[in-house]
Amino acid sequence: MLNVSIYRYNPEVDSEPYMQDFEFDTQGKDIMVLDVLEKLKIEDPTLVFRRSCREGVCGSDGMNISGKNGLACVTPLSDAVKKNKLVIRPLPGLPVIRDLVIDMSQFYAQYEKIQPYMINNTPAPAIERLQSQEERAKLDGLYECILCACCSTACPSFWWNPDKFIGPSGLLQAYRFLADSRDTATEARLANLDDPFSVFRCHGIMNCVQVCPKGLNPTKAIGHIRDMLIRTAT
Amino acid sequence: MANIRTMTFDAVIVGGGGSGMRAALQLAQSGYKTAVITKVFPTRSHTVSAQGGITCAIASDDPNDQWQWHMYDTIKGADFIGDQEAIEYMCQTGPEAIFELEHMGLPFSRTEEGRIYQRPFGGQSKDFGKGGQAARTCAAADRTGHALLHTLYQGNLKNETTFLNEWFAVDIVKNSDNAVVGVVALNIETGETVYVKSKATVFATGGAGRIYASTTNAHICTGDGIGMALRAGFPVQDIEMWQFHPTGIHGAGTLVTEGCRGEGGYLVNKDGERFMERYAPNAKDLAGRDVVARSMVLEILEGRGCGPDGDHVYLKLDHLGEETLNAKLPGILELSRTFAHADPVKEPIPVVPTCHYMMGGIPTNVNGQALTVDAEGNDEVIEGFYACGEAACVSVHGANRLGGNSLLDLVVFGRASGMFIEQQLREGIELKDASEADIEAAMAGLNHLNDSTGGENASVLRAELQTIMQNYFGVFRRGDFMQEGITKLAALRPRIKNVALGDKSNAFNTSRIEALELQNLFEVAEATAITAEARTESRGAHAREDFQERDDVNWLCHSVFFPSDKRVGKRGVNFNLKTREAFEPQIRTY
Amino acid sequence: MVTNVTSLGRSGLSDWLIARVSAYVMTAYLIFIVGYLMLTPDLNYTQWAALNSSLPMRMFSLLTILSIAAHAWIGMWCVLTDYITVRLIGPKATALRIIFQLGMIAITLLYVIWAIDILWGI
Repeated sequence: MLNVSIYRYNPEVDSEPYMQDFEFDTQGKDIMVLDVLEKLKIEDPTLVFRRSCREGVCGSDGMNISGKNGLACVTPLSDAVKKNKLVIRPLPGLPVIRDLVIDMSQFYAQYEKIQPYMINNTPAPAIERLQSQEERAKLDGLYECILCACCSTACPSFWWNPDKFIGPSGLLQAYRFLADSRDTATEARLANLDDPFSVFRCHGIMNCVQVCPKGLNPTKAIGHIRDMLIRTAT
Repeated sequence: MANIRTMTFDAVIVGGGGSGMRAALQLAQSGYKTAVITKVFPTRSHTVSAQGGITCAIASDDPNDQWQWHMYDTIKGADFIGDQEAIEYMCQTGPEAIFELEHMGLPFSRTEEGRIYQRPFGGQSKDFGKGGQAARTCAAADRTGHALLHTLYQGNLKNETTFLNEWFAVDIVKNSDNAVVGVVALNIETGETVYVKSKATVFATGGAGRIYASTTNAHICTGDGIGMALRAGFPVQDIEMWQFHPTGIHGAGTLVTEGCRGEGGYLVNKDGERFMERYAPNAKDLAGRDVVARSMVLEILEGRGCGPDGDHVYLKLDHLGEETLNAKLPGILELSRTFAHADPVKEPIPVVPTCHYMMGGIPTNVNGQALTVDAEGNDEVIEGFYACGEAACVSVHGANRLGGNSLLDLVVFGRASGMFIEQQLREGIELKDASEADIEAAMAGLNHLNDSTGGENASVLRAELQTIMQNYFGVFRRGDFMQEGITKLAALRPRIKNVALGDKSNAFNTSRIEALELQNLFEVAEATAITAEARTESRGAHAREDFQERDDVNWLCHSVFFPSDKRVGKRGVNFNLKTREAFEPQIRTY
Repeated sequence: MVTNVTSLGRSGLSDWLIARVSAYVMTAYLIFIVGYLMLTPDLNYTQWAALNSSLPMRMFSLLTILSIAAHAWIGMWCVLTDYITVRLIGPKATALRIIFQLGMIAITLLYVIWAIDILWGI
């Protein structure tokens, strides 16, 4: 029997959060952490977590699994169980609403701050705007972000200043638009980022890279933003 | 006592997926007070899982491509019960809608000329089926749905749409004229119930693939809009038409895009034979999805399946080379490694036909206005009620949807609904206010659930429902089996009505949501079962062993399921093309 | 854009640049001193005093001391704005942080003046 220890907190009942232990029979199968939660929820309907696509593309079920942020649906037990124990906590650093569900408004607010949409006020052609394969290749590794918040909630700079530091996810998206040959707001975007917090709170410890379930590299993108800031300033 | 808070909007859209957000974008740009009610944060909607692309004749791969050819393919793919006027509108308007998305920033893959990359998909042809395989599916690698959904969300942020994120629409509020005047919705985070009042209520609630045990659909695809419509007494159309996608990963159900076969992958049986050459000599692996899925099941039934239990076939990709796979199908590599423990660069992916898409839904016209059929068989608009996307049946997919047409459907008709509502609002919409009793009526189901004592576990009941649907209403169907299935469903209804609510708290109570979703699933399942049994022919995705031929004399029509008396009626297919004469039904071969 | 008046350069980029440049200066100084000590095994007071009283060395030392001061200012400002914030310790944080910061600035300036006094006192 696998020992599963889960962070529990229901604001209507509990004065403070606690860890609850469950015994779980894996029947020797290497299933995903989300499957374990789904089965436990049959036994205990009060257990609460988010989930949607169950294939790692919607970004709903980011959580802290045995000490590492990840998506429950694509994390097999073989990667998560240590000494027959599975420990599941909500993503760290943001307020907990209930059990494994966190309040992500800070995270989304940072995303909105970078103006995550194409800005191009030149008249659009009758067909698509042309973009070379090389220009398009610059967006690879950027546009794939699923906003699961695994990276930003693994970042100490984001823990301490979630209202001021954009965080790895938002910065990855900031660079996605800076890097897009079709976007014309580069200067304005950069001007919005040149303060001591938004970008420069990144100290390059690369926790974000280590946990990203999509294998993306926010630290690298942040480096590119810094290079662009330097180039425009000099 | 319906002493609940009222929130008022000009238009409210239920569902934050592709079609809902496209409609919302249109309305937000027009300046009308618009809200999107969505049970998950918008980018978690199921559109995000769409992989291969969005089919549209933008003449990038082939400069001579014509939208009329796309129209022909779609009509043929639909096995001739798609409404031709709607298909014409979709294929003709499509390029404009695609270019708008590109201008909004959608990161499409590119050709050497810098245009949008298009790949071949099943059922595509040039020159009305006479010019060979076409490549018409616009793609952003194999993450087109993700790219599209995020772009639409970004567009809505730019236009400051109001999002009621993690709110669940419970039921429709109808006034005394039987017009829709909003919904009762539940704020999942706080548990508060609110009457969201609106002059235009758009259902963009997506599909209900979770009625089946094996599905490519997300957990959230529970047919909430269909369930609400049926409970409100409104009919649904062609609901027996369920698409089984040929390539769901065996065991996990996860989708593997048709784009794999578009890029040159093919299916093999246990003897290593490329069996689609036998079933569809011309199109082979790129025949219609219904054709490929049935061929796969036949291979398995005839003992040529792969694996120890012979219960799946293989999708072979390794011959395409690692470089192509990395460039064109990176997401598939990831999914296959995670869920099939197979690296497509070296070995084939075990796949099996898996429930994927609901062709049926709330009948609408091209403006997204929901329809019902009166006693004389005439279409009648339901005031205040609109639908688009998978929840709607406009109907562009008929009995079988072509790959890549779902994303086009949701963009084109999300946009069309938005534009039409904008025009209606401008002209002025007068609807009678809902009375206390009307709101009360929409609260009844939720109140019943909240007051429940005892009852059975929702997950257990759901599993039972899914097994019945899988066993009796799958790829191949048979009258006596289906009757048995209907009897079993009838026995399940009271048990699901009295489902247990093991958690009565207010804060983020997902058990309450799952119980409500289960009731929606049941409504969809029952409508599917009764209608499937009634349609005594084989057409598109609806394949009956006891009626193996298409019956154009009796069934060249839509089925319409009326929930009040569980009656299956018929509605004529629209053959009124504006730009040319209609395509007459012909034998459908690939 | 987030604004803050107590950071050294007032812009993220200039702070970042100052921190990097000052780090190079300190590294160069360290390498020079360690190298000098290793190449001069039997170093005596006269040699040491001669080195440190030469104008180029005085300038190099001064530059390093200013670099340390700037680096410390930026670094300490980061640490203080990480931990002594209203989010973490409540409304008294702002006053507390300003007190810490002023104290830190005072000490840094004191050290700089003292160092100049030492350098030109050799």
